[in-house]
This record gives sequence, C-alpha cells and structure tokens, in this order.
Amino acid sequence: MAYASDKDFTQKRLNQPLLNKKWRTEYAGRTLVTIFGIFIILLALTILGFLGYRGSATFLNYGHSVAEFLFSTNWNPGEAGQSGTVGAAIFIVGSLTVSGFALLIATPFAIAMAIFISDISPKIGSRFLRPVLEIFVGIPSVVYGWIGLTVLVPFIANVFNLPFGFSVLAASIVVAVMIFPTIASVATDAMQAIPAEYRDASYALGSTRWQMVWHIKLRSAMPGILTGIVLGLARAFGEALAVAMVVGQSTRFVDSLLSPTNTLTAVITANMGNTVNGSEYNDALWSMAFLLLLISFGFIILIRVLGRKRNEL
Amino acid sequence: MKKLALVILALVLLVGTLSACGSSNASGGQTTNNSPAATTPAGSAPTAGGSASQAAPAPAANVSGSISASGSSALYPLVNIAANQFKAANPNVSMTIAAGGSGTGLNNVLAGTVDIGNSDVYAAEKLDAGDAAKLTDHKVCLIGVAVIVNADVAATVKTLTSDQLKAIFNGTTNNWKQVGGPDEQITIVNRPTSSGTRALFTKWALGGQSSVEGDTSLQTDDSNALLTTVGNTKGTIGYLALSYLNVASANIATVQIDGVDPTYENIYNDKYQVWGYEHMYTNGKPNAQTQAFLDYMMTPTMLTQAGTLGYGDPSKLNADAAKSR
Repeated sequence: MAYASDKDFTQKRLNQPLLNKKWRTEYAGRTLVTIFGIFIILLALTILGFLGYRGSATFLNYGHSVAEFLFSTNWNPGEAGQSGTVGAAIFIVGSLTVSGFALLIATPFAIAMAIFISDISPKIGSRFLRPVLEIFVGIPSVVYGWIGLTVLVPFIANVFNLPFGFSVLAASIVVAVMIFPTIASVATDAMQAIPAEYRDASYALGSTRWQMVWHIKLRSAMPGILTGIVLGLARAFGEALAVAMVVGQSTRFVDSLLSPTNTLTAVITANMGNTVNGSEYNDALWSMAFLLLLISFGFIILIRVLGRKRNEL
Repeated sequence: MKKLALVILALVLLVGTLSACGSSNASGGQTTNNSPAATTPAGSAPTAGGSASQAAPAPAANVSGSISASGSSALYPLVNIAANQFKAANPNVSMTIAAGGSGTGLNNVLAGTVDIGNSDVYAAEKLDAGDAAKLTDHKVCLIGVAVIVNADVAATVKTLTSDQLKAIFNGTTNNWKQVGGPDEQITIVNRPTSSGTRALFTKWALGGQSSVEGDTSLQTDDSNALLTTVGNTKGTIGYLALSYLNVASANIATVQIDGVDPTYENIYNDKYQVWGYEHMYTNGKPNAQTQAFLDYMMTPTMLTQAGTLGYGDPSKLNADAAKSR
C-alpha cells in the first residue's frame, strides 16, 4: 500500500476498527494464556477431588477410622466385598525412614558440592561438576534401582554378613544418590546468589576463605539450602520404582537399618493391578495415594515458608 | 535468514518427535493392528521363546471387527501369541492385547473398556457377588504353581512335605537344616498379597494359612523379579507359575511337594494340587469375533502350543482332578 502523504497514512490507520487491532495486539495472547492457566488449575483441583473421593471410601464405605489407617500395623484389607484391616503404619513409617535417612546421607555431600562450586573452585564447578550433576538428574530411577539391586544389595549382604541385602539402608543409599543432585543444584544457586559485598566485607575484616564460607555465605544461603533439602525430601518420598526394587517389600515394622520393610509408593505399585475398583483393598490403596498427596502439600507449604524467609533477607 | 533457519529447525524437531512417537507405538507390542512390527515384544515374554513362532495357522473364522483384552500378566504371553496367529488368519480383525494384572482385567471388562478380562483367579474372589455374576467365565487353560529354591539348597532339599512347607511359611521352621538342608537361614520370597499366584499357592499348598511377614521374608512385584531374587539370594524359597519355569536356570530348582514333581502330568492325574484355571472373562455373551477368538484359544493346536509355553490343557484332567476345583 502506498500513501500519498503522512496525513493520509494517519487517517487510514485511524479508520481501522480499533477492536480488531486491540484483539490482535492484546486480547488474543491474553485469552490463550488464561485458558491454559485455568486448565492447569482445574486439572490440579480435579486430581485433588478425585483422590479425596476415592481415598475417603476406606473410611466412609468400610467404616475404618483414620486412626486405624495411620497408626495400626495390621494390614490385611479384604477383597470381593469382604472387609479386613487397613493399618498402613508400617508403610508410612517405612517411607519416612527411607527418605529421612536418604536425606541424612545426601545433604552433607550436596552442601559440600555447593560450597565447592560457588567458592572453592567456580571454574571446575561450572565446567565439570554442574554438567555431572545434570547427568545425575537425567538418569531414570529404574536404572538406579537396577544398579542398587545388582551391586548394592549383594554388597550389603556381604559386608554385614546377612542372608540378604534388601534393607532400609540399601533403599536409602539408592534414594540418596537420586536426590543428591537436586539438593546440590538448588543449594549452589542459593550460595551464588549471595551478594559479593558480603564476601568482600568478610575478607576485609580479615577472615579466611573458609571462615567466610562457613560463617557468612552458608548462614545467608540457609533458607535456599533448606528449600533444596525439602525438594529432595519430596522427591525421595514419592520415589516408588527404585525403592521397591531394593527395600525388600516385607510387611514389617522398621527396627533397624539393615531390615527390609515396605513403603507407601511400593505397596501401591505392587497391588494396584491386582485389585478391583470398589474393593476394600483398592480403596485402601487410594487412601494411601491421598495421604501421599497431603504429605507433598505439606512439603510445598514448607518450601513456601522457607521461600518467604529467603525474600526477607 | 536466521529466523527462517530457526523455524526449519523447530519443524524438523517436531516431525522427529512425532515420528518417534509413532514408531514406538507400533513396536510397543500392545496393538497388533496393521503393524507388521508388532509381534511379541522382546522383553515382555521371556517364556514365549522361539517355539511359538512356527505355529500352526489359525483357522479363518470369517469375522471382522476389533477384539481387546487386558489383565493377568501370567496369561499375557499365551494370549498375545494366540492373538498374533488369529490376526494372521483373520486379517479383518484388529486386536489389542495388554497385561496390567488380574484386577485391571476384571475392572476393564466390567466397565466395558475391553472385550475380554484375563484373570488368574475366579472373578468372585476379587469382585463382589453382584458384579461377578455379570461376567461369563471361559476357562482357557490351567496354570500350575511350583515351589522353587535357590540352587545352594536344591542339592540337599529335593522334596518337602505339606506340613514342612506350612511350617516354613508360618515361620516355625526357619533354618534349612531342620528339613535336611544346609545350616542356613530360610528366606521366604512372596508375591504381593493381592497376587493371583500367591492366592493359588496359599489356598492349595498352605491350606489357606497366610505367609509370615517379617525379618525373613521378602516380596517382589512380579514373577520375573521373584525369579531373579531367588536365583541371587542364598537360602531363599518362593513360588512361581510353571509358565515362568520354561527356561532352565542354573540358579534355582523346583522342589517336590510330598514327593510329587510339579508337572502337568501330575496335575492331570490329581497327584499335584497346586494349580488353578486361567480365566478369560467376557461381560455377558461375547460378540462374534470375541467368541471366535475364545474358541481358537481352546482348539487342540493352540492347547498344544500352550503346553510348550508352560500352561496346561483342561481337557486332560482326569475325573478326580476336574472335580477338585
């Protein structure tokens, strides 16, 4: 299109329907994004509602108390319309022990790695260690489980002179290796985000590098590091496959690190295909799934609280 | 220019992803429809060795339409092979065969999402009476369950009495020397409590007594994992469907119960008791193509093939054995 003059151009532009232009430049993108956003929110709410509905059947249809589900160790749910007992305490404690102990193993390594990357040797850190961390994250959990099953389980049996090596220890070590990169990379980011002034001021006061790292950087980065730890804990808690392969899946209460036990996720995976909808067994599994969701909500709230703390700094 | 290159790159990536999805679908082994690549998938059926591929052709039944089945993973290898042969003879039929567990099969057939629900156990043992009554049972073959032990025990423990077996599984007997074996702790390897194989074993080998759970017992999700665990762990005892014992393994051995070997010969003659029917359930009366496929499952050629894969032929049961179930 050619315009006779600037004036002509302005006139033509003004004649275009305003709404049409506004639609293209503003509303189209906004509507699309809003639709996607609402869809995701609805999806989350639907999942929550569905799990709540299926998970409550154990208590509403079969009349079990929440206390029985949470604190009883008597696990013998019925099938074919029969009713039994649904005490899931063994699996709840099993999940807590495995992920808690995994955290104890992984955290020192992860924080050491974060300190190394951010302060001791940033060059090696960014060129070599960061990519290694990313590789760790990319390995599927079944591979970790398989390595654990073939290497770690026989190793534990040999070292401790046990008949078999399936144990909380084996599961914790496998999970620790899985969550270590998550904690390490979040912690590294937190350490690197501390302003350089803090470091400079610390040096100016005559502290050594280690004193600066230990007293200044680590302290300031603590909320961020804790966020990484909670993220790692959430991942550990939700891991099913790798844990199921090495934990032994024995329905017994944990009393030692070398004993086998079972976890919530492993019980769900092992039995969901063998039970039918509406049976007490199936409903008890849904209750466990709902419990897992509630626990992960707890973790998310914790992360939020820690995040707020970090922003206050 | 740079922008154009980016767009092209994005397109190439997108097409690559799409085609990758397509091909993985075709070789996934679940759908046998229109894809020559979709025969028995490599890893899924260790028992479905070479013997099955050179099978007799299925009779053409002049049917068309689709047939879908899901359920029991113990029955899956057999149904999958039968489906491939049936499909070859009846090109107008499309078939989708999936595993997923007996509970999944019963759920799906009850909900009408599949035509056939495969199960290791009677529907009445999983569903409540009202739902179970809606399903029609087709007993396509037998499945025997054998007791297996790790090779280090096998040399000295060749047979166990029913009472010894019960004592082992309730924890009273916890060392192999108590039943004539080496001085070694007994480790029990179970399947999940909801497993069909475990249900058969508990009912017919242990007389309904449930297995002890504790320091000396492990559990595995599926039969292949159980085979690996028993093979790799000293002093272990477990139980497996005979269809998983087709391939000889140096690490494990089967054990006689009361001096009787776990073979179909002994099951047919009512000497070995730990067995059950494999069921293919339909929701009411099956449609024509589903009926034709169920008929094919029970033809003599198919049952002979089932025999080589470790399943039994119901028609060979003698009167006493047939009466026992």
